[in-house]
Amino acid sequence: MANNISQDQVKHVAELAKLELNDKQLDYFTDQLGDIIGLFETLNEVDTTDVPVTTSVSDQLNVMREDVADNWNQKEALLANAPETENGYIKVPTIIDESED
Amino acid sequence: MNFETTIGLEVHVELKTNSKIFSPSPVEFGDQPNANTNVIDWGYPGVLPTTNKGVVASGIMAALALHADIEKHNHFDRKNYFYPDNPKAYQITQAEKPIAHDGWIEVEVEGNKKKIGIAEMHIEEDAGKNTHERDHSYVDLNRQGTPLIEIVSKPDISSPDEAYAYLEALRQRIQFTGVSDVKMEEGSMRVDVNISVRPIGQKEYGTKTELKNLNSFNYVRKGLAFEEQRQQRVLMSGGTIQQETRRFDENSGKTILMRVKEGSDDYRYFPEPDLPALEISDDWIKEVRDSMPEMPANRRDRYVNDLGVTDYDAMVLTQTKEMSDFFDATVNAGADAKMAANYLQGDVNAFLNDNHLDLQDTKLTPDNLAGMVKLISDGTISSKMAKKVFKGITEGNEPKQFVEAHGLVQLSDPAKLQPIIDAILADNQQSIEDFNNGKDRAVGYLVGQIMKQTHGKANPQVVNKLLIASLKG
Amino acid sequence: MNYFDKDLTSLHDDLVNKKITAEELTKQTFANMKQTDQTTQAFLNLNEDEAVRTAQEIDKAGIDPENLLSGIPVAIKDNLVTKGLTTTAASKMLENFKPIYSATAVEKLAAKQTINVGKTNMDEFAMGGSTENSAFKVTTNAWDKTKVPGGSSGGSAAAVASGQVPLALGSDTGGSIRQPASFNGVVGMKPTYGRVSRWGLIAFGSSLDEIGPITRSVKDNAVALSAIAGHDDHDLTTSTKEVPDFAAELNEKTTVKGMKIGLPKEFIGEGVDEDVKNAVLAAADKYRELGATVDEVSLPHNKYGVAAYYIIASSEASSNLQRFDGIRYGYRADDVKNLEDVYVKSRSEGFGDEVKRRIMLGTYSLSAGFYDAYFKKAAKVRTLIIRDFQKVMEDHDFIMGPVAPTVAFSIGAEISDPMTMYMNDILTIPVNLAGLPGMSIPAGFSNGMPIGLQLIGKPFDEETLYKAGYVFEQNTDFHKKTPELGGQA
Repeated sequence: MANNISQDQVKHVAELAKLELNDKQLDYFTDQLGDIIGLFETLNEVDTTDVPVTTSVSDQLNVMREDVADNWNQKEALLANAPETENGYIKVPTIIDESED
Repeated sequence: MNFETTIGLEVHVELKTNSKIFSPSPVEFGDQPNANTNVIDWGYPGVLPTTNKGVVASGIMAALALHADIEKHNHFDRKNYFYPDNPKAYQITQAEKPIAHDGWIEVEVEGNKKKIGIAEMHIEEDAGKNTHERDHSYVDLNRQGTPLIEIVSKPDISSPDEAYAYLEALRQRIQFTGVSDVKMEEGSMRVDVNISVRPIGQKEYGTKTELKNLNSFNYVRKGLAFEEQRQQRVLMSGGTIQQETRRFDENSGKTILMRVKEGSDDYRYFPEPDLPALEISDDWIKEVRDSMPEMPANRRDRYVNDLGVTDYDAMVLTQTKEMSDFFDATVNAGADAKMAANYLQGDVNAFLNDNHLDLQDTKLTPDNLAGMVKLISDGTISSKMAKKVFKGITEGNEPKQFVEAHGLVQLSDPAKLQPIIDAILADNQQSIEDFNNGKDRAVGYLVGQIMKQTHGKANPQVVNKLLIASLKG
Repeated sequence: MNYFDKDLTSLHDDLVNKKITAEELTKQTFANMKQTDQTTQAFLNLNEDEAVRTAQEIDKAGIDPENLLSGIPVAIKDNLVTKGLTTTAASKMLENFKPIYSATAVEKLAAKQTINVGKTNMDEFAMGGSTENSAFKVTTNAWDKTKVPGGSSGGSAAAVASGQVPLALGSDTGGSIRQPASFNGVVGMKPTYGRVSRWGLIAFGSSLDEIGPITRSVKDNAVALSAIAGHDDHDLTTSTKEVPDFAAELNEKTTVKGMKIGLPKEFIGEGVDEDVKNAVLAAADKYRELGATVDEVSLPHNKYGVAAYYIIASSEASSNLQRFDGIRYGYRADDVKNLEDVYVKSRSEGFGDEVKRRIMLGTYSLSAGFYDAYFKKAAKVRTLIIRDFQKVMEDHDFIMGPVAPTVAFSIGAEISDPMTMYMNDILTIPVNLAGLPGMSIPAGFSNGMPIGLQLIGKPFDEETLYKAGYVFEQNTDFHKKTPELGGQA
């Protein structure tokens, strides 16, 4: 069942999830994920023609909040929990890839 | 080789609501960094979003203004990506079932009218803001969660001028709904642009490039025009277009390669499980439709056909909802429509431009402008005096009181003017002879003398009439 | 003070009659907890100073004679955020995290004048079925310290089972309340999805997660659920349905006479331990004897539940856990040169293997080219699983079966075999996929280890489960047996 996912695919998925794996981890994760994905494949036995998806089992529909502003004044407490801050900003090491505007 | 151009525009518009789309934090700008944030905006462990009803209502109104079909059963999706201004590392947006689809707006380029299709419109949350300094970046989450609508055009736009006209028409229509300020310079309207060219007759679209840093409609037009030419040159010389992102350089007017796109991003969209789906009823749509302000095109028709305003004036008056509403209110307060139109697109616009003000930030009121126009119409003040009165009403003065306080009332009563005329004529025998010898110039001189005598308050029309009668008599 | 012989009603009487004050009760609870926890290892973090202060305030205000929870010590699973009290979800990622707000369920319990004595151990981010995935400690089963307490609410179940507290909150995404309750011989309720607010529950699988109580008796459990349930403006998925006083109908008149019970053949088939199966069949006979009918039913898509669940739960988890990025709170790696390092090193060092496994499974299931084959397919199979239940519920009041295929297994026995571990959830998972209420009650022993009976109800019909559970409890002795702490080892 180990062929269900390749090491390259596991590496790619880890990159998407911002995780790095050492060689040993890559080996066992590839085996374990392969087994589990093999289990996933059993769903192919089920005929789901014309079956709609279920993505929530809440009995609620169309519930919304009125547009009223309420400042919870949590700024200081939030900043106190951040690893690094400066002048009220959250500070992070430089963003190299400017991928957004 | 002849080419045809296909342009796609994705427009983000910030909605003017009291609170954020998924948290009750206030939507306000210019405050201290992170002042308008809470645990939801920071993506704290255990928090959940709550949908702002006002955002959905605004979305419905914008969709109606774009003649789009409302998707009655729609839901939110998560778009996953890591970035410091994106605290949950997913954006709550709509991908699978946006709130509206298949709309259109009409544009006019060089006298030709054309309908541009809108593929879809969805509602989503804005990200925070990163600022970059040498070796660090700084994150302010005040903007995080500000409601946005994104409007995606169909591939109907075939020239930079059409793109410009589309953006202008889109801005106007959204602005008239009142759901957004739609100001590019303030970031409440943002435009992503893509463009491709293909030889005429080719079935499939050409490879498209994306343009960034287009901070005004003019830059959009210029950037697209440059890019259109560049792509044509590349193809003519036998080259191929790469799928890439290019930056518009405002100084040179050129587009410069930023990066080549490799494959597509993998955002791993899936339905947002924390928010119940939306079921938009016909009643709600009707309620929104009934509360929707009149759109600019309808107003222009009304101004021209019912009020006798020129096409040009009607166009200027409908640039913004504020101006158009002001005009309507001025006319409703009894002002002559043509005169009100003249003042608004003339003196009022000049005043706004000189002082860098928006209409709603001034002390001008429709009642006071109407009052002034009426004083002109009934001859109480001259158009020259009106200059002073206009200054008065820009400072919030009531025109009638202002006129009285400053002694600006025009002298129109013949019983009062005739003795003055008689006296002036008695002192100017030479001018009477000149008039009798056919020298019309003499009238002008005499009027001038009368105006001088009355400190400019005499009504020139009445003086003229009385003077000529006296001379002929 | 241990709680083996005390339920909420008797404790309440003692408090009201001033046989003991809330402060004394709290102090005695800590004295016992500190001693027993050397073996049980159920707690990650004790809240002693604050708890004693709260107890003193309650004494000052006076015990509310109408409120069974007034002055009662409770324990909270460590994935429920508690303002000012370190909340880790048993992860290095949140080792020193001090929440600045409290979960709705925690606040509701506090509003009932309960006393929060501390945070219980769990599998990291609630991912696991043995509590061995905690980044901090291994909790032991109350009945045998060489056995796992189950998971992920292993700490909460072990704390109640070992008499440390009369009530603990847990969370259940695929069985995480019911299975540890079963393994420890206590009562655990996973309410209907939307019954209890998830505000402040550190999300694992958002469409599956539900908070519920773990107690020694069915009635205590009913009292606790009425206290924490109800619509919450912070959680739009919570139901607006009225919350009954679940305990009100539990008395000597309560009966199962005329009730129709379904026993799915898939629940007692292959892979289910013989002792477990026999205990369930004996329970079925007991119900028949008490006037109910039990007949065999079928849930044909049950066997696909595990696959569908691990796709859906992992997909949601992969997204929910992206916020742990080292930027705004929680663990940030030290030697970082750029932003990418902050992300990758913080997450790689902060998460344990099981969490990484689920994140990767979920990321894979949602990624371009696989979404339709995995996530979407699983979401369709979920619909079929729901339909199976609906069909059975059309002519049955509730469904009964085992909670887990086996009793508690040995610590270390399955930790390196995620596949086997995942298959253990086969009988609890479908209930989460369908959003139904499910309860575990003590129903027997196998080699001295407790066996749990699972009762599955219609949406928002916890009431029937409590009635059926109460009647079973009143007519059996399984719940009366108490563990010798440390067990047979």
